[in-house]
Amino acid sequence: MPEQSIDDIRRMIARHKLRDHIFAIVGILSLMVGILTLLALFTELAIEGAPRIGWKLFASFPSRHPEEAGILSAWVGTTLIMLVTAASAVPLGVASAVYLEEYARKNWLTAIIEINVTNLAGVPSIVYGLLALGLFVYKLDFGQSILSAGLTLALLILPIVIVSAREAIRAVPGSIREAAYALGATKWQTVRDHVLPYSLGGILTGTIMGLSRAIGETAPVITIGALTFIAFLPQSPFSGDFPFVSFRWLMDPFTVMPIQMFNWTSRPEAAFQHNAAAAGVILLVMTLIMNGIAIYIRYRFRKRIKW
Amino acid sequence: MVDEKIKAEVRNLNFYYGSVKALKDINLNIAEKKVTALIGPSGCGKTTYLRCFNRMHDLYPNNRYEGEIILHPDALNIAGPDIDPIEVRMRISMVFQRPNPFPKTIYENVAYGPRVRGIRRRSELDERVEKSLRGAAIWEEAKDRLHDLAFNLSGGQQQRLCIARALATDPEILLFDEPTSALDPIATAKIEELILELKKEVTILIVTHNMQQAARVSDYTAFMYIGELIEFDKTEKVFTVPSHKLTEDYITGRFG
Repeated sequence: MPEQSIDDIRRMIARHKLRDHIFAIVGILSLMVGILTLLALFTELAIEGAPRIGWKLFASFPSRHPEEAGILSAWVGTTLIMLVTAASAVPLGVASAVYLEEYARKNWLTAIIEINVTNLAGVPSIVYGLLALGLFVYKLDFGQSILSAGLTLALLILPIVIVSAREAIRAVPGSIREAAYALGATKWQTVRDHVLPYSLGGILTGTIMGLSRAIGETAPVITIGALTFIAFLPQSPFSGDFPFVSFRWLMDPFTVMPIQMFNWTSRPEAAFQHNAAAAGVILLVMTLIMNGIAIYIRYRFRKRIKW
Repeated sequence: MVDEKIKAEVRNLNFYYGSVKALKDINLNIAEKKVTALIGPSGCGKTTYLRCFNRMHDLYPNNRYEGEIILHPDALNIAGPDIDPIEVRMRISMVFQRPNPFPKTIYENVAYGPRVRGIRRRSELDERVEKSLRGAAIWEEAKDRLHDLAFNLSGGQQQRLCIARALATDPEILLFDEPTSALDPIATAKIEELILELKKEVTILIVTHNMQQAARVSDYTAFMYIGELIEFDKTEKVFTVPSHKLTEDYITGRFG
């Protein structure tokens, strides 16, 4: 190989650095495609919906008159369904994840289950809707209720919860488990006192991510028969008589935010389009807040625990 | 070779990782309230051997013991398949290579062992925590910050905290797996001093990579090589007049 002069070396470095810059520019442009699209969408929605966003929108039922129509039944429905979804998906998902990570023997059966769980995350949501229609609505006779919808969305996000909980559990170092076992702890004591508390941040983050996906789902909720026009609220979960809480709201009919939006966009009047845009902004903000909470929780837990 | 009171007798111990035989016919007596050091080159099986004593291998699949580890005074074979590993771990504690405190407070770290044993009374827990922290020579540094996170301690302090955690359950044998390999020389000196102090109360088994450390802290030394026990004797004899060529080569630094 011929001796390189210092000028050759400098020219070579300049050439290599040029590629560096080119890639940085390509990277920024790629990033912009995603971010700008989202930003443009959000801005357009916000401008279109701005005149309708206000207290009245939250406090009114849908109506034939666009300026009086609101999202009261939709946001209450969405909130209650998210409660049911969280209450059923979290325990099921975390228990599955703990079992797979801490208890299951590593054999072919576990491997098949693992592959299946990952695959379930990719099943189209409408398929879950069909399953739920047959199982929850008819077979178990829950009807077209908040309970059916919550359970359907729980099924939908279960794989997300399981996968993220497993990752969080796996992030707890083996040395911590060994420390607990060496003190004479059983498997359950180790899980309860160490593995779960230390992975809680990751588990919560994954759960909220799952819920923020569920909140925007339309197809499976339509499949199980959500109403598009509903001018009353579910029964209150609190009552004046003993035992003060009631679960009858679980069996009430419902609507959710995306369905309300869909209903409005399919109307011919332009005024309803503004309502749809306003509801869209609120739904987006709800999702952003949930993701924000997830990021905050992760930050808090990372600060406390450093391996 | 051991003419003192015996705490544990290892008889024809074989150990398998799946089909790989990692320990071959080990016979060795552990003297009560003495320090026994295990030395040997990397991969010789000394850590594998140590972890037989609290049945840590049972945590992972396909591991198998053959032979006996007889624990006195009740002559129980703790390597036996019918003995619950948890019962063994209740009697024999372990300190690991890297400090591995729980991400909890100093107090909760030490109290965990007693809690697992069902001790709930605050006064008793307080007492045990203080006694163990004193025993691990970290009480003075920790007493004003018992409810601080253990991660805020330095590496050497964390390791002494882990020793306190292991002491809190009044173990009969304390296992050390290269306890100073992640520590600086000053922290190492403190731990060595502590080991000499602890042997008044408890039988100690220590794996070490550092031959000077073995010479400084132990009463007996076992030299292992590729899963076999090559030589076992009083420490001063192993280090001054080893009876095997291999031992001599190793302690003089010709390999390892």
